[in-house]
Amino acid sequence: MPVLNIKKFSFTYPGVDHPSLKNINLPIKRNAITALIGPSGCGKSTLLRSMNRIHDLYPGNKYDGKIEFIDSNKNVSNILDIKKENEFIELRQKIGMIFQKPTPFPMSIFDNVAYGLKIAGIKNKTELADRVEAALKGSALWKEVHDRLDKSAMGLSGGQQQRLCIARAVAVKPEVLLFDEPTSALDPISTGAIEELIVELKKDVSIAIVTHNMQQASRISDYTAFMYLGDLIEFDKTETIFLNPKEQKTEDYITGRFG
Amino acid sequence: MRLLVNKIFLALSIFSALIGLAFLAWILITLFLKGLSSFHFSLFLNDLVDGGLRNLIIGQFILAGLASAIGIPLGMAAGIYIQEYGQGRYAAAIRDLSDIMMSAPSIVIGAFVYAIIVVPMGGTSGYAGAVALAIMMIPVVINTTDSMLSLVPRELREAGIALGASKYKVIIDIVIKAAKVGIMTGILLAFARIIGETAPLLFTSETSNYFSLDLTESFPSLTVSIYDLANEPEESSRDLAWAASFILTVLVLIINLSGRFITRNKK
Repeated sequence: MPVLNIKKFSFTYPGVDHPSLKNINLPIKRNAITALIGPSGCGKSTLLRSMNRIHDLYPGNKYDGKIEFIDSNKNVSNILDIKKENEFIELRQKIGMIFQKPTPFPMSIFDNVAYGLKIAGIKNKTELADRVEAALKGSALWKEVHDRLDKSAMGLSGGQQQRLCIARAVAVKPEVLLFDEPTSALDPISTGAIEELIVELKKDVSIAIVTHNMQQASRISDYTAFMYLGDLIEFDKTETIFLNPKEQKTEDYITGRFG
Repeated sequence: MRLLVNKIFLALSIFSALIGLAFLAWILITLFLKGLSSFHFSLFLNDLVDGGLRNLIIGQFILAGLASAIGIPLGMAAGIYIQEYGQGRYAAAIRDLSDIMMSAPSIVIGAFVYAIIVVPMGGTSGYAGAVALAIMMIPVVINTTDSMLSLVPRELREAGIALGASKYKVIIDIVIKAAKVGIMTGILLAFARIIGETAPLLFTSETSNYFSLDLTESFPSLTVSIYDLANEPEESSRDLAWAASFILTVLVLIINLSGRFITRNKK
């Protein structure tokens, strides 16, 4: 059973008369990595940003269809039905997001990782410290920062900042993590570290990742969805998409004929 | 030919810059010479009634401090509203209004406060002076807050929301912190500006020769007293005015420089 099930989903930005996503049907599988690929403007980021409703920060968007979230207790809910503030908080604690540019908050390393935990209502100091440590260890950052947890997170390198953001998202124990081109602002070595980390994470979470980098998709993902101009062209096991695609468009894209 | 035009233009620019600077230097030199010659440490110990400036300096700081206590929260709240919550025409109208208020003549603000506070209360008061200064300050704080918040990257707000924080929590915990240095510098510059204002106080707080903490009465003000002293016929009063001007300039300079210092250190 998938963790997210996108059904007949359409999305329209405010002030635009045609939808940016048209009738998308896509499952995000549990404890697997699903890559969303496609040329710029194909709607892959728009789709990813619908899964935690981060679009709602800006008013006037129009959603159609369903995005079902099936949580670890098999409870099914439609993400697009959410209206209340506390439901949004719950949703975003279950479905975390990592952005293209690292987004450390202007506070200490510890407070960055503890931020989501505090919002979740954890006040106990030892529990906070334990969870922060576990999250930093889980993001392969503990060794580098354990002796300067009270220092500002702004002093970390770009790759470290991105791992800190992952630790921050992991700390609240989400069920899904959404990565929006998480390595496109990083050097190759940091990119390698992040990719390793993402693969490591799928033991505990289900992952959807938007990437411009097809090698990255083939290296780390289990499933790949190819999108083009707001349509989902093809979805299959990553191997199949890259070695034996069914659609001509997919083949043209992955062989570099356009994009 | 083109080289010649270039040289002439350069010479003209330098000449104009020098004229501007020369006047500034002239003012400062006069101020330092005249101010220093009548400056004495005892000015800080005695009140105006005993030939000192103590009550005026303290009074000026209290007025500016109270104005800040009113103006900073109001200005910041409005700035946050415009940048983070306001949409479309409504926010734009407030922004324009604030820009207009920033260039409102200070004497007009003084007259306005005279009409709405001094007249109904039946006399000048420290409160009226502080309100007039706060009105001077608010648009500057709005403008700084607005523009500094606009520099905070959108992704930072989204990252906070994506962790489940509500919008107001993201603004308070993250966005304002990220813009803190810029906002603080702006506020310090706004403070430096109002602490040297005379016109808004002239018929709102007036001034007093005595030490006072009673804001319901006319309140000691350094700037208004400089104006009064400079109009006195006695040489000694005018000397005191020079010393007061000197002290005021140094104070404003210190506040301005510390504003720059914060920016340079934190960025």
